[in-house]
Amino acid sequence: MDDGGRHHVLPYRLLVGVWGGLLTLTGITVWASTIDFGFLNVVIALTIATSKALLVVLVFMHLRYENRTFHAMVLTAFVILAIFIGFTFFDTAYR
Amino acid sequence: MTHEVQPDYIGAKMGMWLFLFTEILLFGGLFVLFAVHLSRYPAGFHAGSATLSVPFGSANTVVLITSSLTMALAVTAVQRGERRRTLALLGATVGLAGVFLINKFFEWSAKFQHGIYPGSEHMLEMEKGQAAFYAMYYAMTGLHGLHVVIGMCVIAWVMGLVAAGRVHRDRFVTLENAGLYWHLVDLVWIYLFPLFYLVT
Repeated sequence: MDDGGRHHVLPYRLLVGVWGGLLTLTGITVWASTIDFGFLNVVIALTIATSKALLVVLVFMHLRYENRTFHAMVLTAFVILAIFIGFTFFDTAYR
Repeated sequence: MTHEVQPDYIGAKMGMWLFLFTEILLFGGLFVLFAVHLSRYPAGFHAGSATLSVPFGSANTVVLITSSLTMALAVTAVQRGERRRTLALLGATVGLAGVFLINKFFEWSAKFQHGIYPGSEHMLEMEKGQAAFYAMYYAMTGLHGLHVVIGMCVIAWVMGLVAAGRVHRDRFVTLENAGLYWHLVDLVWIYLFPLFYLVT
């Protein structure tokens, strides 16, 4: 939203709901690790971790309610991180 | 429920986010190193990961996620002008952070007692991949633990500001920024936990 002099006050219930979601996802990731999916185990674990991270960033860190400048900044930071990780793997994978 | 905004509000929060990006790059570098080692020594990482206690790690994950909740609740409480509740929630956050560190202390000491610590004879004799696993474990959970300690100090300082009436419903960006820092600490652990304890 455009933060034209207004703040979003998040209701307690929403925050507790997100906490419940985070605990559920934690349970799922521990459970999934006990089953052998081979390489997919890493993919599953990181997918669940990323869903948890999104919940924290969007709600706990209020990013969902910030203006577009903040969204662009965070997106840029993660694109740079992806380039950093991606290029490291080009280097190590084809050495 | 809305209030008038303080003039430097957006700038203060943006500055905090910029600082958090440098933290993301710091931990990002270590995560890259972890991934490269993992792909190079899958067997050693499997063996190392198997020696970590999943119940301990899971309990600490629950503790840290809950501390993130109390922090987020504290931001709502201060915005609503509920001063005492804000202080109680911040106190709970610091307390949970302390529980996290105590757990970590027991985990680390158990490994130390088995002679597993950087530079120990046991680690030097270890198979290369497993030694790399423990080196990453100490470096990354250690740096994360340092962030927990810093976070506790920052939150305690903000509690002082709330108690002194310098942070309140019309001027709470300091508390919000401390919250952003604390959630970042939680974010890092959200990735550390599965990578070290679960992915084998």
